[in-house]
Amino acid sequence: MPVEYIKSITDRYERLGYPAYKWYRAEEPPPWTALKKPISESRIGVLTTAGAYVKGQVAFYYKDDTSYRAIPKSTAAADMRFSHITENYLPDARRDSNCVVPLEPLRRLEDEGAIGELADDVLSCMGGIYSQRRVHQELIPALAARYREQAVDAVFLVPL
Amino acid sequence: MASADDIIRAGWPPRSVFLDYPLGHTTGRSGAADEQYDIVRQAMAAFDTAAEPGQMVSLDYQWSADDAWRSAAADTSAGDQRAPRDETPRYQYEADREAAEAAGR
Repeated sequence: MPVEYIKSITDRYERLGYPAYKWYRAEEPPPWTALKKPISESRIGVLTTAGAYVKGQVAFYYKDDTSYRAIPKSTAAADMRFSHITENYLPDARRDSNCVVPLEPLRRLEDEGAIGELADDVLSCMGGIYSQRRVHQELIPALAARYREQAVDAVFLVPL
Repeated sequence: MASADDIIRAGWPPRSVFLDYPLGHTTGRSGAADEQYDIVRQAMAAFDTAAEPGQMVSLDYQWSADDAWRSAAADTSAGDQRAPRDETPRYQYEADREAAEAAGR
């Protein structure tokens, strides 16, 4: 059985006396857009919500940071950094960033031709934002605009 | 990609690939390059094969032979594991702050 994160986090907040966390629940089936061409001919965008940044960029902050970073796809794992509010999930990523930002596997698949092309930059945001309104009004439109600029055919989302 | 089955299902993405690992390893174990490659390869393949809205493909990987990690992940007795919330950038290393300031960012 998969871990019941919603139940366990809801129980913990209740025990700590916090206001109930309002989980996002989609009320309608997802929109379906079939791929226009196979992945081997497609340009792929990538989104990580692990608060990843590259040395030299500004790190994320922990109170509803709706900004994003563009991380060059050539970035070495040794230069990848993480700033995410749930730091307890980061120790292994800080040893090997590919376990949450899989740049090396993606570059290998691109080299082999399994992926047509990776967009030049992976986009990175903070996964712990406590305002659904700000995610919808600020973060998502900014990310969507950047993916349109990148002219990607599909986006690979990798949550933390 | 998904490792929190219930959270991802609540968000109802058009297509997803489930890896039943503890959070923080969404595309495989640290240091396991071949495993990470295979997981991402299967995720890319799912773009080509997923045919129904909301379809979730489960990958055939197991974190450990026993379920101790699940109990730890679902343990509600721990305190708040979130860091304090403010608007100060949280650099992984102090040298990163200096590098960002030197870059004029």
